[in-house]
Amino acid sequence: MTGVVSYLVFFACVVLILGIVTLGLNLQWGFTGLFNAGVAGFYAIGAFTHAILTAAPQPQYLGNFGLPWIVGVVAAMAATAAAAWLVGVLTIRLRGDYLAIASFGIAVSIQLVTLNWEALTGGSQGITRIPKPLAGVFDTPLAFNLWYLALLAAIVGALYVALERIVRSPWGRVLRAIREDEAAAIALGKSARRYRLEAFVLGSTMMGLAGALYASFIGFVSAFDFLPIVTFQVWAMLIVGGSGNNRGALLGTFVVWGIWTASGALVTKLVPPTYAAQGAAVQVILIGLLLVLTLLFRPQGLIGEEAVVSRHAKD
Amino acid sequence: MIAQALADGIFTGAIVALGAIGVSFTLQIMRFANFSHSELITWGAYLALVFVAFAGPGTPTGPFTFGWQLLAAAAMAALLTGLAAWGVDVLVFRRLRRRGAHPLAMVFAAFGAALVMRHLVVLVWGHESRFYTRELQIAWQVMGVKVLPDQAFILLLAVAVVTVLHLFLAYSRTGMAMRAMAESPALAQACGIRTEAVIRTTWIVSGALAALAGVFAGLTPQLHPEIGFNLLLALFAAAILGGSGSLPGAVIGGLLVGIAENVALLFVNPGYKGAMPFLLLLLVLLVRPQGIFGEKGER
Repeated sequence: MTGVVSYLVFFACVVLILGIVTLGLNLQWGFTGLFNAGVAGFYAIGAFTHAILTAAPQPQYLGNFGLPWIVGVVAAMAATAAAAWLVGVLTIRLRGDYLAIASFGIAVSIQLVTLNWEALTGGSQGITRIPKPLAGVFDTPLAFNLWYLALLAAIVGALYVALERIVRSPWGRVLRAIREDEAAAIALGKSARRYRLEAFVLGSTMMGLAGALYASFIGFVSAFDFLPIVTFQVWAMLIVGGSGNNRGALLGTFVVWGIWTASGALVTKLVPPTYAAQGAAVQVILIGLLLVLTLLFRPQGLIGEEAVVSRHAKD
Repeated sequence: MIAQALADGIFTGAIVALGAIGVSFTLQIMRFANFSHSELITWGAYLALVFVAFAGPGTPTGPFTFGWQLLAAAAMAALLTGLAAWGVDVLVFRRLRRRGAHPLAMVFAAFGAALVMRHLVVLVWGHESRFYTRELQIAWQVMGVKVLPDQAFILLLAVAVVTVLHLFLAYSRTGMAMRAMAESPALAQACGIRTEAVIRTTWIVSGALAALAGVFAGLTPQLHPEIGFNLLLALFAAAILGGSGSLPGAVIGGLLVGIAENVALLFVNPGYKGAMPFLLLLLVLLVRPQGIFGEKGER
């Protein structure tokens, strides 16, 4: 029984962490129309910044400063924001699919750096012994996971409320105006470039935050946690849930991650270990099919964007 | 050293170019970045493996490690991959096109299609490396540069294929229709060009070229399920560098990407090889976003 409960708590934690990533992507794509295909890269920057700053010191590493948890979280967000700003300044003016190609390339490059710069990131060994916040207070892993779940729920709740307010604010309306008709938004005197850059940096910062929360939850990060498949999974979550809707983003995260874990568990049970690679392939094929079928048969996702009508238009 | 890097670069570049031609056509004729194009390369490589499994790679002929059987397998793989590319279009992309879906929805669909296509290969063949042939060959020394006979053969074959394609685009009616659609799909349709037929031809040609790229990559020296995916950034870099929709552009773009990758290896850690096409791409997008042969326009 405790086994099932601990597993569900663990699952919920991962869903909430990935939910933050999907909310960030929703701000970029769902509300602003920015095609960021480099999600895994920004998530990785957050996770590694946190790990490098907070992990227990080891002689063979440049980093591992053993700083407090909160310093790691704030620095992870700052580092991701800085990286997103640099990337954005260079690429934000590109046409939709060119931005996708460029950001995909950025994620590949970031992953290569995490794999090859061994002194800083541990290379394929990764960084271990990342401290978990207040871990000393709790005697069992389950107690810690429950506390972490509460912490994540509070963070996601706060982010959700903030995002809902932001997208309804004048700033959020400009984002949607740019998404719908960039030329018209520019004609109304809005600097599309500035707003797009702001949305890009803000969304990526959320991905960085999620990376830090992931690192301090698992206690270990390596370059193999941030392969391009992560980007595709997060996109599937957003599309399946419904882009342009924050509740849709969270629901999609739950559904897609649920299918991913359930199929993984099933594969481990049914498929003999010699065919583990084939079993894992089935998992990915399911995600790909889910993405394509959603686009074909339910393009708005499970809960699509709500139509927003100006309150002045009702009279 | 530099000469060897150049030679290796030209050879890699030829493979990249064959893949980039299809990416470039899709970008210009169907107006989307096809992230699943790399998987056609993988499919081509493995489909040829199926035929090689039946007929064998043939007895080594002359200095090469394979006989005519491998070439026949490559031709069959090219045909089947071309049809497969069209099949994916019918199943996925055409439906979205008909519905007038957001152009970027095509790119998401390509993400999904790529995941399915690549992992179907893993499902059948697993992650282990495969070989068409285990024959060894001795490199030729040409002016101090080591060249494998297979590589020289592949390079010549690639040149021949591109030449035929150029003649097809320049003189056949279908080729002209393809160029017209690359210029302006709306105008082409108004002139009575059957756009769906042109799109079909484009997929078949792109798929066939991708399959050849896959066989060539698999012959030198091995196949693995990421054989196409690892080339994805190089394909985009080459297509955009050359200017999308331009055949000479894609070929020269491919060669430049191949050379840049191999020359860069003289100076940087080989672990970063995969990032080289991206750096080149970023440079192009910043300096000349329409590419070398592209027309000025919105990018």
